[in-house]
Amino acid sequence: MSRLQNVMIASLRTVLGWVPDRWLPGSRPDALIGRVAAVGRHDVRVDGRAKVTGTARFAAEVAMDRLCYAALVHSTVARGRIARLDTTAAQAAPGVVLVLTHRNMPRLAPPDLIGVSNLSAIGNSSLPVLQDADVRYDGQIVAAVLAETQLQADHAASLVRVDYARADARTRFEQAKADARTPASILIEKNHETKGDADRALAQAAHAVDAVYTTPALNHNAIELHAVTVDWQDDALIVHDATQMVAATAATIARLFGLKKEQVRVFSPFVGGGFGGKGFWDHQIVAVAASKIARRPVRLVLTREGVYRSVGGRSPSEQRVAIGADADGRFTALVHTGYSVMPAYAACPEQFTLGSRVLYRAANVEFLQRHLDLDVVPNTFMRAPGEAIGTFALESAIDELAQAMGLDPIELRRRNEPERHPIHGHPFPQRALTKAYADGAQRFGWTRRAAEPGARRDGEWRIGMGCATGTYPYTRMPGATVRLTLRRDGTATVASSAQEMGMGTATVQIQHAADRLGLTTEAVSFELGDSMLPPAPFAGGSGQTASLLGAVTAAVKELIAELLKLAGNDSPVAGLRADEVQLIDGSVAGIADASRRERFQSLLARAGRDDLTVTATGNLPLEMLRFAMHSYSAIFCELRVSDVTGEVRVDRLLGSFDCGTILNPRTAASQFKGGMIMGLGLALTEETLFDARNGRIMNATLADYHVPSHLDVPEIEVMWTGIPDPRSPLGARGIGEIGITGVAAAVANAVFNATGRRVRELPITLDKLL
Amino acid sequence: MMPFVYDRPTSIGETLALMEHRGHQLLGGGTNLVDLMRKGIAQPSRLVDVTALSGRIDAAADGSLMIGAAARNSEVAAHPLVRANYPMLARAILAGASAQIRNMATVGGNLMQRTRCLYFQDAAAARCNKRVPGSGCDAIGGFNRYHAIVGTSPACIAAHPSDMCVALAALDATVHVTGPGGTRAIALTGFHRLPEDRPDRETELASDEIIVGVEVPAPSRGARSTYRKVRDRASYAFALVSVAASLELHDDRIAHVRLAFGGIAPKPWRALRAEAALLGERATPHALAAAVATEFVDAAPQRDNAFKVDLAIRTATAVLTQLGGSAP
Repeated sequence: MSRLQNVMIASLRTVLGWVPDRWLPGSRPDALIGRVAAVGRHDVRVDGRAKVTGTARFAAEVAMDRLCYAALVHSTVARGRIARLDTTAAQAAPGVVLVLTHRNMPRLAPPDLIGVSNLSAIGNSSLPVLQDADVRYDGQIVAAVLAETQLQADHAASLVRVDYARADARTRFEQAKADARTPASILIEKNHETKGDADRALAQAAHAVDAVYTTPALNHNAIELHAVTVDWQDDALIVHDATQMVAATAATIARLFGLKKEQVRVFSPFVGGGFGGKGFWDHQIVAVAASKIARRPVRLVLTREGVYRSVGGRSPSEQRVAIGADADGRFTALVHTGYSVMPAYAACPEQFTLGSRVLYRAANVEFLQRHLDLDVVPNTFMRAPGEAIGTFALESAIDELAQAMGLDPIELRRRNEPERHPIHGHPFPQRALTKAYADGAQRFGWTRRAAEPGARRDGEWRIGMGCATGTYPYTRMPGATVRLTLRRDGTATVASSAQEMGMGTATVQIQHAADRLGLTTEAVSFELGDSMLPPAPFAGGSGQTASLLGAVTAAVKELIAELLKLAGNDSPVAGLRADEVQLIDGSVAGIADASRRERFQSLLARAGRDDLTVTATGNLPLEMLRFAMHSYSAIFCELRVSDVTGEVRVDRLLGSFDCGTILNPRTAASQFKGGMIMGLGLALTEETLFDARNGRIMNATLADYHVPSHLDVPEIEVMWTGIPDPRSPLGARGIGEIGITGVAAAVANAVFNATGRRVRELPITLDKLL
Repeated sequence: MMPFVYDRPTSIGETLALMEHRGHQLLGGGTNLVDLMRKGIAQPSRLVDVTALSGRIDAAADGSLMIGAAARNSEVAAHPLVRANYPMLARAILAGASAQIRNMATVGGNLMQRTRCLYFQDAAAARCNKRVPGSGCDAIGGFNRYHAIVGTSPACIAAHPSDMCVALAALDATVHVTGPGGTRAIALTGFHRLPEDRPDRETELASDEIIVGVEVPAPSRGARSTYRKVRDRASYAFALVSVAASLELHDDRIAHVRLAFGGIAPKPWRALRAEAALLGERATPHALAAAVATEFVDAAPQRDNAFKVDLAIRTATAVLTQLGGSAP
């Protein structure tokens, strides 16, 4: 996050600007886009049956001999020192194998913090783990107990006595603003961006809005609790983890414990929901260390409360959005600034202004984020970090301006569509947000919306409609690598350490690989979730799918080259170059002359080969720096607000997406809808209750932290433009996070349309509407 | 969880004998107590599971209904007599918890459930006079959106979490208990105590007594009744405010009214003051709101729950207006 980084990225962008288009990825759109067969089909999940019948083994379910179970003790003060630590009763409790504290923990350095300069760094916290008596936040792990059963471990952990010498903790958002830090960059973007004089333009604007929006802290609540099962073997370490970052977890554990990379093997074939929370945290380090000392396999499953205590979530934010417009509604000024919490020992900047930099054209702009230092469990990425809450502020403000101008909010947005990236000036290879709006509005029946708020009612219920834009950037990670094996029997296997958190990784990669190999999906398998496989990037930033598509594309290219070498002079394809053939119907076939073809089976048989294996890495994702590649959505919401109680009930929700090629409508719809449901939680019900008096989270349970219940979730419709992005592999841009973006604003805008009340503070609970 | 002995007696006599052990606690469906044991808030050395005792639901000759303490909440809500004669009770039960919890939870256990106060629930770090008498109350000045606005004391502002008990309070139910000294009947409205300076003493049930059943008097013919619950999500959330009400008009005047609130008091809150003000009134929204408001003249809300005064009045007014026959 340094100034140096800003200079490097800016220079790289400049240099790439000189490079001819044809040298960059996607210079010729992926030829497969026009001839897909399996891609785009509603294939069922290849692992669905294993999951619903219970045969899929998750990290907390792996059977192991001599397994012992861990329970954690979390600090109950936000800042201070352990003054007294009495483990006598715990040691003596039935079944106890080990009590681990800072006294007997091996000396370990903390992991490297997540950062853009080192993609294998995955630490969420740079604080030491059980290394000393210091307490830096409420919930920090201060002891772990191993016992023969989970119940025994839980009981013994309750017997560990810890007294603290408290120190003053920084817990108040408002007070911390005086000492806010201004990072030089936010991810790979320069933090403080200005163009022209936004303040003056605002003051002179024909129409203007200027408001502050707040969003609460939120916690991760994946169904599967964080879990790890660890087994030290002679000179190797086996770790079954629930993780979004298989390869990097193995590398990080190896580094921490002084092992060679190949001595650590991480398995994570299934993850029960990630959302950014299933990263690398203290509990994995504690489990590995405990297992090493106890010389026993260890299972550590965080309790639900433990997830709140020791795994961070989304930072709270306070955001100012100001927009100035001329008489026609064309933006003359756009300002998006604000605060979020990021302790110095955390790594995730909650990039809430990044979406605003790409959505609208404005003559004068200012974007700036500031970070507050609080003594809290380090915040982390949570589905569309930044954009989820940034779009709430921005898209509420757009709605406010439209209302003030008496203009339809979709029309106001249309008038401010940029033709190029508003900051960098890069072209949009594909952007059809206006179409997404038009299609969505028609499907939703937007014309039935009353322009005047409070105009529609049904008994005690006021009815309103709202819409908002969502957005999320395209990401393709460098270094994604796959191994591809083609067998003489006409089957193929793709293998990579990739992650499956429920989104259908293997399913869609098989669809893609089958089409690219000219095979049926039944003939292709995909292995993942094992760090011994060629490394995939972590599953984050909605980037895993495109990253793997790029790697598979590279592997198939290499496979073709190898096949042509093996073909020799007696093959019908002899003499053809790699770019003159394609793989189709289980054969290598000439593109110009389709009669020149040979089946894989005969080609391999003649070469005396049972199979052919290649390993390849995707080309460098330079397209990201040269083109403005973003996904978009238009979210529509219809809801009711009770005049009596202020209760909000969402009746209809529609998402119209513009995310490039959709690989599988079934799994994509599930991703979109899941994101939108999470958006309803952000809008209406979810809030981490952080007691600033002592820095403690008070609602660390699913009863008290309100994720939407089934009854809160209406019929959700999703649709998409499906227009391929010519610059990305297969034209796909990633869909894991965009679903949540825009939803909170669409809900808030619908609440305004129903009641005339503008709520700028999430969640929109009923007391704010009485 | 602390180690404990588990018994499952099949008779009242056997149960009373087991209750002579110190440190025992009675276990119904376990939907509340087991959670509290996991959190270290309850630490019984002996659990006496009373779900084998009577859970029968029987109509008596006088038209009243006797519900055995071991009856499951879902059984009560689904019982034909309850659905026909006490729709308010059925609705209250179905508004509570989740289907899975209602399938386990018992009527006796529902009467004895503990508050959801976040500070009561946090034995590791928070002070609570209910858990540790005299230790202080961290809910005051903390998160108290779900807390009481009436009936509180400087020692405790926790709200009673039950939905079912609110309906039972409006229905003039009676709690039947038995112990070594014999059996006795306690009006449900007098069963739970206000906190005053001893918030740890939550009910009139003595430590050697057991609830055997709840009796609901014969329904008042001609009265219309319902239950409405207001909460932060559509399902599986405790009440911010709930209202149980029954109403009967004669010549456009209120001739009979029962009104109870949940979510606003340390006990199921029978609104006697409001009932008195409502009798004889016309069922117009304005008159109803004014009468209901009398219940809250000395409400003492906290930082986060001042909205409940207004919310309670509005919700009750809407419910009574609806029962009175005109649109809200």
